[in-house]
Amino acid sequence: MSAGSPPAREAAERRASALVLERVTRRYAGNADPSVDAVSLSVAPGELVALVGASGSGKTTTLRIAAGYETPDAGRVVLTDESGATRDITHESPQRRGFGMVFQHYALFPHMNVESNVAFGLEARGMRKRERLERAREALAGVGLAEKASRQVQALSGGEQQRVALARALVISPRVLLLDEPLSNLDPTLRQTMRDELRATLRRSGVTALFVTHDQEDAFAIADRIAMLSRGRLLQVGTPEELYHAPATREVAEFVGRASLLPAEQMSDGVWVTVGSVALAAPGRVAGAPADAGNARELVAVLRPESLAFVDDDAQPAWEGRVAGRRFAGGHTVYQVRLESGATVEVMGNGFGAPEGATVRVRLSGQPLAVVPA
Amino acid sequence: MMRSARLRRPPGGWAVAWTAFLLLALLLWSVVYPNAAIIVGSFERGLGDWRDFMASPADRDALYGTVVVSIGSVIGALLVGVPLAFLLTRTEFRGRRVLSGVATLPAALPPLVGVLAFLFLYGESGVVTRVVQHVLGLKQAPWTFTGLSAVIFVHAYTMYVYVFLFVSAGLERYDTTLDEAAAGLGASRALALRRVTLPLLIPSLVGAMVLVFMSALGSFSAPYIFGGGARVLATQILVSKLNGALGRAYVETTVLAVTAVIALLVLRRLQGSRRYSVAGKGRATRSALRSPVTRLLLPPLAIALVVLLVLPHAMVILVSFARDGAWTTQVLPPEYTLDNYRRLAGESSLWRPITNSVSMSMIATAANALVCFAIAYVVVLTRAPGKRAIALLAQLPWAIPATAIALGLAATFDRNEPAQLRVLLVGTFWILPLAYFIRNIPLVTSAVEGSLRQMDPTLEDAARGLGASRWLALRRVVLPAARPGLVAGTMLAGVAAVGEFVASVVLYTHANRPISVEILSQIRNTAFGTAAAYSVLLIVLVLIITVGARWLEGRFIAGEGVPSAGQ
Repeated sequence: MSAGSPPAREAAERRASALVLERVTRRYAGNADPSVDAVSLSVAPGELVALVGASGSGKTTTLRIAAGYETPDAGRVVLTDESGATRDITHESPQRRGFGMVFQHYALFPHMNVESNVAFGLEARGMRKRERLERAREALAGVGLAEKASRQVQALSGGEQQRVALARALVISPRVLLLDEPLSNLDPTLRQTMRDELRATLRRSGVTALFVTHDQEDAFAIADRIAMLSRGRLLQVGTPEELYHAPATREVAEFVGRASLLPAEQMSDGVWVTVGSVALAAPGRVAGAPADAGNARELVAVLRPESLAFVDDDAQPAWEGRVAGRRFAGGHTVYQVRLESGATVEVMGNGFGAPEGATVRVRLSGQPLAVVPA
Repeated sequence: MMRSARLRRPPGGWAVAWTAFLLLALLLWSVVYPNAAIIVGSFERGLGDWRDFMASPADRDALYGTVVVSIGSVIGALLVGVPLAFLLTRTEFRGRRVLSGVATLPAALPPLVGVLAFLFLYGESGVVTRVVQHVLGLKQAPWTFTGLSAVIFVHAYTMYVYVFLFVSAGLERYDTTLDEAAAGLGASRALALRRVTLPLLIPSLVGAMVLVFMSALGSFSAPYIFGGGARVLATQILVSKLNGALGRAYVETTVLAVTAVIALLVLRRLQGSRRYSVAGKGRATRSALRSPVTRLLLPPLAIALVVLLVLPHAMVILVSFARDGAWTTQVLPPEYTLDNYRRLAGESSLWRPITNSVSMSMIATAANALVCFAIAYVVVLTRAPGKRAIALLAQLPWAIPATAIALGLAATFDRNEPAQLRVLLVGTFWILPLAYFIRNIPLVTSAVEGSLRQMDPTLEDAARGLGASRWLALRRVVLPAARPGLVAGTMLAGVAAVGEFVASVVLYTHANRPISVEILSQIRNTAFGTAAAYSVLLIVLVLIITVGARWLEGRFIAGEGVPSAGQ
């Protein structure tokens, strides 16, 4: 790190790093199943990837393996650093990886003030006091906390502490930035703002980042790609759109956005969705549909509210049901409809006003839909 | 509103105000008065005694010795206690559990017994000394266990436990993600330790340092037995008193007490300003040791440590079965017998110290339970006038070395003069229980205060609001809440009183001599077997008190299922 050159220019000059996890597995003694089961994931230079899943899904363990705080029982962690050189860092200590990490509870050093906290990574790299404090203040300015540089960390609010933790991790120009539930400790009103700010800050710095969250909205708002984990296994990796429109499994479909699942069948002429005695044809190409109809797998159709619509015309084939409830979803109303088979679905009702209990008829709206194994 | 002609009701009511007044009077009379008498007594010949003190090489040596021993003990205790705490809290290795269990053993030895054990092990005719002498084929003992360094060694050995306990507690509370953050930011282990871990442990460290320093400052047994030619103030005071140079003794006592108070203030300053709550997930994770060399060396090292820690206890038990007078130049005592115990049980003059110690400590501890509960109640749960003074005075005996307390009592209560509030207690049975009582006031009060502070303060109001008298509320609400601290505190006070030596050796008479003084006179008569037998009995007594208290507390809890505040 040459003294005197501004950090922004340096960051642009250096290429961002790429991180690859190859079939990483981690078992804990006493547990029958592995906590992380052959997870393979790659994070491209400058990309923001989110590791998403319920608690216990293994996402935090995976992150800690990437950071070096845990060693996998199988598999490799491979880093392509800023010079383009690739190496296996599976057994390298966290200290030597040159990553930045933002911990869930921030882990700010309570006995140091804000700027000393931020400067600590530079101190560890042997930078002289005056220069590292200057860099620290620049980093704090980058997150909008320049005026709090000399405060004690306990005097800061949760959101401010989070920004200090971020500044501390970014000021060392990390090869990869790892974040453990970065927004979980913020109250809901703050989260929205912080999501946007976090994405903007990460984009601006161009850093390669991997972060863990149980909140799909955080993941959708911040990440370029999302990797979904369940019980240690990787279910699917893709952009938010891919996960939403073409989920690979039922679990992914249920986790991402709101979905109604109805039995579906692959016939020779396409996918049909059946409720009671009425079968409706799915429009166009159906994501996830098996290649040949001969495959006797049980399928369900993933129906988003916008995949369904109300029918006025009695002649058209449709499913019968009753309005069971409704909610306002910012601009349009989504109706819960209880179909005669007993299944409940959500239907987007644009300009449709029906009271609860009213009898309605529902059909597929023509929007593309997906099927997943049952 | 017209002001009533009667006196305004004091905050908390008349009963509380009277209790506070009585407590204040008691503390002033028993704690302040005797110490004030010392200071006054030191000026009885004007500045004469003070000048003699400054001019006397013996006294200057004693002051120097005291300071050196105290600082040296702190350093020694830190050198042993800190690495041990890290080792046992942060790492995992074979033998860790055993070492953990044994690590606090030295604290369970009554102080004089510990010194005795060291004598048996490392003294001129000690077992270890003889073994080393034989193995190395030396004509003489390889070392003489004497002087200030010997005293510091003994202190470090027994007092490292404070450091170990405090630092372990600090490490258990410590948020290990801070270490992970430091490592992730590129800090080497040394840098992380220096800049993150140790600074955050300073409150625990300083707390332990204070305890070690104060204990070493007032320590008597080790310098008395192993001091050799070197002096410390505590022993010098006794010398002056026995020589009848009371004025000089008062000066020495005042100097010792002032040193203690100054040290306390300095160390508190060190600790005071740092008040960070380490608010994190606080996972105390243990890491397996990585380096193969360490993994190989550690278990045998741990075993060696365990042996080292258990040896003194084992030694005392062994020697208690040795025939007096038969152990001369051999490595281990050659002849074993039950006679030591038989004589103790049989001869009433030999049994007397035991009954003395038990009765005196029971009296003192009962008084402690009553008075300290009252103090804690007044300080924590009332707004009585003068409660801050009461709280301060209750902690004062802790800052004053036991020799000073004893001498203060000897100087004040040596005659009956009601006008001066003086009663003749010197030479009677009662002066020792009084000394024990005073020494233990801070301990029991702190323990009860701790429990009361955990109690929800509105509970008492709720009881009163439901119609309970203050007395009923006290019995049925406050006392149960105070019980854990009360039991723990009186248990510790009982243990301290039964083995107490420092004040006893100044104030005892032949009739009320306690076990510790008897051990000393048996040592002087080289009746080591008998001395060891008394020591074993003392250890047994301590065990009975400790186990008894635990059992009692267990029965209380089983009987009521008392929930603590906040549940």
